[in-house]
Amino acid sequence: MTKIDLRHGHVTLALHGLRTEHAGPAERPVLLLHGLGDRSPGAVPGWLQPWSGAVWALDFTGHGASSSSVGGGYTCEVLMADVDAALAHLGPATVVGRGLGAYIALLIAGARPHLVRGAVLCDGPGTPGGGTGPASGAVMPTVHLTGTTPDPWALVELARDLRPTDYATGFARQATQLSGLEWPIAVCARWRVPWLDAVAGEPGVLDTTLPEALAHYSTVT
Amino acid sequence: MTFPGAVAPDRTRPVDSSGLRIAAYEWGAPDAPPLFLVHGGFDFARTFDQLAPRLAAAGWRVISWDQRGHGDSEHAPLYSLEADVRDAVAVMETVTGRAAPVVGHSKGGGLMLQLADTEPFRFSHFVNMDGLPTRRPAPDVADHDRTRMLASDLEAWLDHRRRSDAVVRKAGTLDELARRRGRMNPRLSHEWLRYLVSVGARRDPDGWRWKIDAIMRFGGFGPWRPEWSMLRMPGLVMPFLAVIGQQPEQMSWGTRPEDVIPNLPYGGRLEVLEHVGHFVHIEQPDLVAALILDFLSAS
Repeated sequence: MTKIDLRHGHVTLALHGLRTEHAGPAERPVLLLHGLGDRSPGAVPGWLQPWSGAVWALDFTGHGASSSSVGGGYTCEVLMADVDAALAHLGPATVVGRGLGAYIALLIAGARPHLVRGAVLCDGPGTPGGGTGPASGAVMPTVHLTGTTPDPWALVELARDLRPTDYATGFARQATQLSGLEWPIAVCARWRVPWLDAVAGEPGVLDTTLPEALAHYSTVT
Repeated sequence: MTFPGAVAPDRTRPVDSSGLRIAAYEWGAPDAPPLFLVHGGFDFARTFDQLAPRLAAAGWRVISWDQRGHGDSEHAPLYSLEADVRDAVAVMETVTGRAAPVVGHSKGGGLMLQLADTEPFRFSHFVNMDGLPTRRPAPDVADHDRTRMLASDLEAWLDHRRRSDAVVRKAGTLDELARRRGRMNPRLSHEWLRYLVSVGARRDPDGWRWKIDAIMRFGGFGPWRPEWSMLRMPGLVMPFLAVIGQQPEQMSWGTRPEDVIPNLPYGGRLEVLEHVGHFVHIEQPDLVAALILDFLSAS
């Protein structure tokens, strides 16, 4: 396993090569995105063994071996840019996200439609976010943290990040219109929170199982 | 550098906000009742160098601060409105935990709308200076074109993020920076703009640069919608004054009286400044100070 440090603004991101050699015809790597409060796995998960290409995994800012912010400021949009930093290194990839990582996979699929060759949205921690519209706020007191991950500010802020359904479907439509793929997004998650339910109902979005989604994207060029 | 009517803060001090250093400024007697001023996005606290001393002269201890990444505050790894609100509370807590007048401009007004809804006990009065965003109907654009516009915005933002580790703000002479700022403030005198550069920019060996973190960028996107701010306005429980400037400019939010009036809270006031732009307090410090002081004395 290899670890590559990537700079994203003032943050250093850890990109883990879980399997950097590829055994089969699929040259394209998979990029794994973990859920809220989690980190990249230490080895290729069993469910990804059928994938013959390389397998990489990214620790989001404030998670795993990546550096944290100071005093928070986490948003899903900046995590999307974390993934873009990884894609700048890897080139086109199939992105598989769990929970929070599924939402981020959707965003980057819409924002970099030519680099994301399939986004697979799976169950995992942090799927709902903070709902679809404005809610009462809460101001947390000043705290001093030790710098360990996951950063508690990331846990608090990314659990409250708003995910309006039409905002989510906007990214799905961009992926559909601009990626050149017939099915740029696959929804495999069973917990259909509002944003995910809306995305699953969009044209060009596969509503399927994880093995079928991986089998499909292994054939996509 | 000096400018008639502009007064440097009487005191400056750092405030710790969860490990981040925020630069705070004060005008007026330390034992006078506190009043908070909150600057807008891409601005800095010293833009209050004309408004703050006028309020201090009327008997207030005026406190302001540079938001994270702005002015002399520390550049942060990440930025968000929620973090800005927490930084505001960190500064307020060093002064008082009780109700005080709060005056916010532009993004600062939006931040304080959020805080006034979340922690109303901190507000004795709330003045929002051209910080009431509204939903602007987009021109007729086909859906696929709209999507492409969003896609190009996203690509541009991500491209900027890819370069952000190395990007630095463009250096120039003091006059060049004043002229650049003048494009956003077309009615300000060149001398007043030069003064603002002298306190908002730093002098590097190759010229003057705005102090703001170069990773920040105009525009942006996200799930937050301008009209969500307006939703909070009718529920404000403290005396409220909205001031909007009506002269169109690059930074104008385009808010009209008819957008605001239906959403005013009970007893809320609206002052419409027809011949003033978005930066009401920088452009007309005497007028705006008088409006604020009249509001504070009347309610």
